[in-house]
Amino acid sequence: MSQNRQVRDVVFVDGVRTPFGRAGEKGIYADTRADDLVVKCIRELMRRNPQLPAERIDEVAIAATTQTGDQGLTIGRTAALLAGLPQSVPGFAIDRMCAGAMTAVTTTASGIGFGAYDVVIAGGVEHMGHHPMGSGADPNPRFMSERIVDPAALNMGNTAENLHDRFPAITKDRTDAYAVASQAKLAAAYQNGQIQPDLVPIATLKPGHGWTVNTVDEPPRPGTSLDDLTALRTPFRAHGRVTAGNAAGLNDGATVALLASADAAAELGLPVKMRLVSYAFAGVAPEVMGIGPVPATEKALKNAGLSIADIGLFEINEAFAVQVLSFLDHFNMADDDPRVNRYGGAIAVGHPLASSGVRLMNQLARQFAEDPSVQYGMTTMCVGLGMGGTVIWENPHFIPSGSPASQARPGTPAAVAPDSAAASNTATTEGDAS
Amino acid sequence: MSAQDFNKLAVLFPDEVVTHSYVQDIILPGVDGAPSAGTFALATLDNGLDHRRPTTLGPNSLVEFGTVLEAQRGRAAKGEIVGVGVTGKPFFLAAGADLSAVKGLKDKEAGLWMAQLGHDVYSTLNNLGVPSFVFINGVALGGGLEIALNANYRTVSTGAGALALPEAFLGLVPGWGGVYLLPRLIGPANAVQVMIENPLSNNRTLSGAAAYKLGIADALFEPADFLEQSLNWAARVLAGAETPARPNAVAEPLSEENSAAWDAAVVRAKEFVEAKTSNAAPAPARVIELLEKGKQFSKAESFAAEDQALAELMQTPQFRDTVYAFLDLVQKRAKRPAGAPDPKLARPVTKVGVVGAGLMAGQFALLFARLLKVPVVMTDIDQERVDRGVGHVHAEVDKMLGKGRLSQDAANRTKALVTGSVSKQAFADADFVIEAVFEELNVKKAVFAEVEAIVSPECILATNTSSLSVTAMAEDLMHPERVVGFHFFNPVALMPLLEIVRAPKTDDAVLATAFTTAKALRKSAVLVKDAAAFVVNRVLLRLMAEVSKAFDEGTDAAVADNALRPLGLPMTPFNLLAMVGIPVAQHVTESLHAAFGDRFHVSANQQALIDAGLKGLWETAEDGTQHIPASTLALLDFGNSPSTSAELLRKTQDALAEEIGLMLDEGVVAGPQDIDLCMILGAGWPMHLGGITPYLDRVGASERVNGKLFHPAA
Repeated sequence: MSQNRQVRDVVFVDGVRTPFGRAGEKGIYADTRADDLVVKCIRELMRRNPQLPAERIDEVAIAATTQTGDQGLTIGRTAALLAGLPQSVPGFAIDRMCAGAMTAVTTTASGIGFGAYDVVIAGGVEHMGHHPMGSGADPNPRFMSERIVDPAALNMGNTAENLHDRFPAITKDRTDAYAVASQAKLAAAYQNGQIQPDLVPIATLKPGHGWTVNTVDEPPRPGTSLDDLTALRTPFRAHGRVTAGNAAGLNDGATVALLASADAAAELGLPVKMRLVSYAFAGVAPEVMGIGPVPATEKALKNAGLSIADIGLFEINEAFAVQVLSFLDHFNMADDDPRVNRYGGAIAVGHPLASSGVRLMNQLARQFAEDPSVQYGMTTMCVGLGMGGTVIWENPHFIPSGSPASQARPGTPAAVAPDSAAASNTATTEGDAS
Repeated sequence: MSAQDFNKLAVLFPDEVVTHSYVQDIILPGVDGAPSAGTFALATLDNGLDHRRPTTLGPNSLVEFGTVLEAQRGRAAKGEIVGVGVTGKPFFLAAGADLSAVKGLKDKEAGLWMAQLGHDVYSTLNNLGVPSFVFINGVALGGGLEIALNANYRTVSTGAGALALPEAFLGLVPGWGGVYLLPRLIGPANAVQVMIENPLSNNRTLSGAAAYKLGIADALFEPADFLEQSLNWAARVLAGAETPARPNAVAEPLSEENSAAWDAAVVRAKEFVEAKTSNAAPAPARVIELLEKGKQFSKAESFAAEDQALAELMQTPQFRDTVYAFLDLVQKRAKRPAGAPDPKLARPVTKVGVVGAGLMAGQFALLFARLLKVPVVMTDIDQERVDRGVGHVHAEVDKMLGKGRLSQDAANRTKALVTGSVSKQAFADADFVIEAVFEELNVKKAVFAEVEAIVSPECILATNTSSLSVTAMAEDLMHPERVVGFHFFNPVALMPLLEIVRAPKTDDAVLATAFTTAKALRKSAVLVKDAAAFVVNRVLLRLMAEVSKAFDEGTDAAVADNALRPLGLPMTPFNLLAMVGIPVAQHVTESLHAAFGDRFHVSANQQALIDAGLKGLWETAEDGTQHIPASTLALLDFGNSPSTSAELLRKTQDALAEEIGLMLDEGVVAGPQDIDLCMILGAGWPMHLGGITPYLDRVGASERVNGKLFHPAA
């Protein structure tokens, strides 16, 4: 059997998320359980794809950084049961801090490629109101005594300040300008109805106020100006550069995506929004964790046989503006490169840690559908304790401009290469059905 | 009228736990790609307390709800909203009118206000200028369900339990529109099921799915995203993309067919109530009357008649007594038995012994194994009896498996737990041994002595005796403190009452263990003193003694057997006698006679029936009529001082007042409430008499006999 094993094509079928909330007592999800957020996403995903028999789901992988309380008890399994999926559908919990959902996707996608799964649900959740960053963690004293990790690296804000130290060319003015643009781009995307289609309405009960339904993100501050940001204090360092305005906030939210083998998608009539090309994770010094996407991206490009110039769309998580700019500088891209974060980013919309990876993918998938001139896109993010993760995707809607030069398809498994172009073209007809 | 006009009523209830109505504006989703269907005002009924305190509707709650709805009517007129919805806090829409408030309404006028207030508020739901929706997310009882019935559209959750109109049981009518709206919505026959048959069948309720199937709700959604899906559905209805089918609804004017069905439903309801209650309580008949007249009524006529009915019924003793029996006794006192020691003193029960392998022993073994889930060993004098006893239990388990009441795994587990032995050594590691041997003091004493030699010093020895002295059973033991009476009622699996008998030496740990064990067996336990026949049998047999004495004195059998109809007993005395078995009744009566003398008349005629091997007095003819065969009459001797029905009823009332008065003086139970609780749960006496003591107060028997009321404050 193993001698004849063929690696299979993996496709991104669909993805949804909750509107993101601000963490804390006044946030929209203060009285809502984290697992319920995941459950409502899974149910909406199933309703959006009625042609998928629930018993065909082979795995439910849900990420959470803190796996206790309402994010505990193997949340992939509990969410599957609570969502009403058949008992025969297994599930697990997964953690790579901010890249949790991304890792849920790459791990289950690898399982699909390997032939262990046909269809999976992968996603993530973080209720940072119920689970403040690092709560309940007990860092090993050796980190400090042996200087394995600079104590400052355990606080993400400090690592962002450290990144400014490393790259003096990235000034506070640049990060603030970047942040203002992020807010403006998200506001425009909302205006254009590019965000709302993938949001799951969430009913919440607030004591003394009754039930309401949340249909939009709570964190965005549309209309933010440079002047607004200049006034903000720098909580991580006196006279520093990192502020609440040029960083993602503390948020609550959940995301889930449906992935399948290309064959299963064709068999079940599932839409194909993206085709997985390659992925990579890489480690860096924990005290400058924000630079993580650079080596991860280089590795993923190398795996795919692509160069940065081949990537037409970037969805990069905006944990901090400085971290995005360090990536753009590295690849000689402009601060306002139009390929990057067309709908704005986490600075505006929020970053519920382990959930964000699938938000990036949802948005890239929508941009693929909007822009058939793009063949390849990338989702990338930095990860606490010094890591980065990058996933490269191919646009099934891609229409080559001019003469169709011999399109080598990087990342296409050799075993399926001969017919995969045709397969992916036929499977795209229902893309973006939402 | 406006809800604010009822503040005169609301101010009478300053301590009401108010259910608030909180409104949030919801932007409805667009339908089929269209832009948003508009702004929807969603009201949440919430008393701010957790699931242990259901939301109820008192005058203040209703005034607030009505005021909020009127405000929405104003907004609708201004075009601000396209629809109004109502839902509840988790697990509850609303558990109905606040009964303690309603019970406290001092006069008929206040009752009328309360009735009119509900109508005024709920009618607004049908008069908003925009469609109204109720999303039934959980418990919806009585006035709670009527909120939904008064709205234009309803959704219900598959997770919602306890949907019902229990008014006929409580002594009221579904008089906030239910009795008018329900037969029109789901058809008269279904309405009779919901308004009459269910309440009078142990207060049965509907699941969300069952309510949907009957047509009470237009759409059914799962709990995980019930509200989101309900709002989505509401948006579709408002956009015209969805129209509920309502196949059971009855349109007006009524078709000939519907008219006939309506009449048939009324007839069926009347027959049901007669058979179930002997028409001893006024409320069910009042519901039927409103249903019957409601066929021709306009909505306004019906609502006015409902107001009158509610106002009158709220002042009836049957309503007050039902609230006492249901809320104060069954819901509260049964859960916190008077005099039970601190449950922390209880010891674990990890293995149970049953002495005997007969039918009663088998019922015990099955109950203990199923509910305690610990090994149960039955013993008897020879292997054949043991095998038969264990085999009987295993067969019962298989029956439950066949009916789907147990899973295969649970059946395997239960069967494996029940074993038998001819040696009482099998009890060596038991914590609780109950005897089910012949009702004879010396036999029971010998059994306990034998068991005591084998078990640990702490092992509890329980007796199911119904008439023997528990004290005497314990007195020669090394550890008399371990003996407790554990008196079940037949059939053991079904009857909810357990009389727990404390003998003078029974210690607190043993008693506490008995109570926690009773709870684990899902029985309501009442603590009783060791006095002959405890509570239920003593009261029942005093009643039987009056009837048999009157019969022996020459009262016509039909008169004797029917004189007590106003007591609303679940069966007539002679039928009860036949069901219990005349020899058993005679045996217990003899011991009561021995203990208390002539108050317990030992009937020579009953002895004659026993001697002749007869099982009962009545014989049922083919046409269903009952008569006493001439051959039976030939065995009996009668005096010549017959009683009339009225005389026998009064004599029995006085006898019961006397007996219960004596029981309370003797300290058999902590108070008259425990007598009532025992008679309701152990003998099926009706809640609309409050068990028995409120009735005896009401008919004057308490004062005639004892010179005082059992419930002086009431």
